[in-house]
Amino acid sequence: MRELSVTLAGLHLKNPVITASGTFGYGLEFSRYGDLKALGGICVKGLSLAPRQGNPMPRVAETPCGMLNAIGLQNCGVETFVRDKLPFLPWRDTAVIANLYACDAEEFAELAGVLAAEEGIAALEVNISCPNVRAGGILFGQDPAMAARVTEAVKKRAGIKPVMVKLSPNVTDIAAVARAVEAAGADILSLVNTLSGMSVDVSSRRPRLANVIGGLSGPAIKPVALRCVWQVCRAVDIPVIGMGGIASAEDALEFILVGAHAVQVGTANFLRPDFAFRLVEELPPLLERLGVSSWEEFRGTLKV
Amino acid sequence: MADAGGCREVAVLSRGAESPEGERHGLWRLAVENPGWTKAVAGQFAMLRPLRFGRELTWARPLSLFGVTPERVEFFIQVAGRGTAHLAAMNPGDRLVMWGPLGRGFAVEPDTPTLLLAGGVGLAPFAPYIAAHPRPDNLRLVFGHRPPLAAYPFAKMAATIQAESFHEEKPGDLDRFTALLRERLADYANGLVLACGPRPFLAAVADMGRAAGARVQVSLENRMACGVGACLGCVEKDAKGELVQTCVRGPVFWARELAAFDGGLETPGSREGCACGN
Ligand SMILES: Cc1cc2nc3c(=O)[nH]c(=O)nc-3n(C[C@H](O)[C@H](O)[C@H](O)COP(=O)(O)OP(=O)(O)OC[C@H]3O[C@@H](n4cnc5c(N)ncnc54)[C@H](O)[C@@H]3O)c2cc1C
Ligand SMILES: Cc1cc2nc3c(=O)[nH]c(=O)nc-3n(C[C@H](O)[C@H](O)[C@H](O)COP(=O)(O)O)c2cc1C
Ligand code: FES
Repeated sequence: MRELSVTLAGLHLKNPVITASGTFGYGLEFSRYGDLKALGGICVKGLSLAPRQGNPMPRVAETPCGMLNAIGLQNCGVETFVRDKLPFLPWRDTAVIANLYACDAEEFAELAGVLAAEEGIAALEVNISCPNVRAGGILFGQDPAMAARVTEAVKKRAGIKPVMVKLSPNVTDIAAVARAVEAAGADILSLVNTLSGMSVDVSSRRPRLANVIGGLSGPAIKPVALRCVWQVCRAVDIPVIGMGGIASAEDALEFILVGAHAVQVGTANFLRPDFAFRLVEELPPLLERLGVSSWEEFRGTLKV
Repeated sequence: MADAGGCREVAVLSRGAESPEGERHGLWRLAVENPGWTKAVAGQFAMLRPLRFGRELTWARPLSLFGVTPERVEFFIQVAGRGTAHLAAMNPGDRLVMWGPLGRGFAVEPDTPTLLLAGGVGLAPFAPYIAAHPRPDNLRLVFGHRPPLAAYPFAKMAATIQAESFHEEKPGDLDRFTALLRERLADYANGLVLACGPRPFLAAVADMGRAAGARVQVSLENRMACGVGACLGCVEKDAKGELVQTCVRGPVFWARELAAFDGGLETPGSREGCACGN
């Protein structure tokens, strides 16, 4: 299979490999390890209106087959990103996706407005796995009505940019959230964000993260992520981008087999910084071996 | 294109301890193929991930450069947990993924009297520092250790510069070691002091060095997931209150550039934090 490109809701990707938010910096950190232009997309670290310091240290902990993080969305702020980082990304060749973080729907909308004006931004990804400060800290993504309201608010200000909503797996019925967000106008869904978790040290009797609770990612979460993507793909008509624990080309194809149009890779970028670049190169021979000649023929064809 | 300083899979060339004491105390040298590194500075580090980690051990382990020749890159490893146990048990031919050289190394000021202070495995970066220094007569080393001296590559380093060691065996020894450091630091007003070792050691050196009027650099060992500035797991608060990635802006810093080492009151950690795992 030669033609790896996919287009979903107007978002064109030269291949279905996107680096996941928070695991690939602002992209430039990895230019020493591969050609950024070879990637399908780069999803940058969650951006907020004002710069953020994030949580106290330690904010990462290794766990079997994965890791916990509670970075607390440290970022340089949208203005600095647009001025100092975006111009250096190869956005004409590789889709640069802005990941949005805010404390309420109004702030989300304002952020969308700023980014909608930027030629270098191919799509907006809305991170609803964070607390709604106005609603006492319940996560936007845990309440279908709240998730829908944020989606609508962003969609209104996003202009022609496709709006992708990133779902949290920390819910009882992820398909219900997916349907609510679809109805509110989302163009694409991406999932999953991290699974809520914790780790403790018995000798010091302390949690391994200063924030106590953090988000689990990496191969440990892949079965949960795959189940979520499968359920969501069956529940909605808009395209889905799958992620969670992808650490090989086979892993990536599993997500496409259950219905995803593209994938994001996160924690695997820490296994080795050239992971995403290698994944792009490993897909064609694997597809060849599996006798796949087009994405259309393969996507969502899980036999059940 | 990935350059020679990118990420490469390399083979182990050799592994060995300095002495039977080294073996007994889990202190090992590991030499791997040089993937084409030409420019490396003492104090820089590499991320090493044996293929045997599989998917179980997620992160690569950060290790200081202990020696770089056109053929090999060497490390000096103390077994501290599962990852370093894997690394210290690798045999010639075993493969690992390695990226580097990373971060910023120690300052070299040939004509400035320079005091090297090492605690335990923090001795590692000073081997290449001494080897590359144009004026070894300006260098002096003080090395504090718990396992026996023979476990460390100290003798070879002491052969080329003025060096002394301090064996910490019983609880009261720490105070005597601190007193020794204070005494040595007193001779370095306006001199350069470079420190590598456990964090409390670095904090003590920064305090005493400031009091002595020395310019101090410390090498931090914050937990690292990526080593390239992307995960924001390894950050440290600088003197301006910004959180900076120690893997790219460090691991070596001027003590006065860091909130925890500049002698001022440390500002409490940010509380704007958020409950989510991002
Ligand atoms: C820049 C830098 C240079 C270093 N140079 C050397 C060296 O030359 N020789 C050497 O023996 N050690 C060095 N260390 C420390 C070494 O990286 C840790 O001892 C090692 O990561 C411990 O891993 P583990 O799996 O054996 O221990 P575990 O405790 O099982 O590790 C669990 C996790 O915590 C992290 N971690 C635990 N202790 C440390 C630590 N002290 N520093 C950083 N991360 C830690 C590990 O990387 C791992 O991800 C260096 C650390 C840094 C940051
Ligand atoms: C250190 C770290 C930081 C992250 N930061 C963000 C973020 O800012 N915004 C976001 O939407 N997701 C963030 N994520 C979640 C990832 O984008 C991804 O959804 C998750 O890690 C699952 O994929 P993986 O198993 O491939 O890592 C972060 C993950 C990690 C490990
Ligand atoms: S280790 Fe990831 S930013 Fe420093």
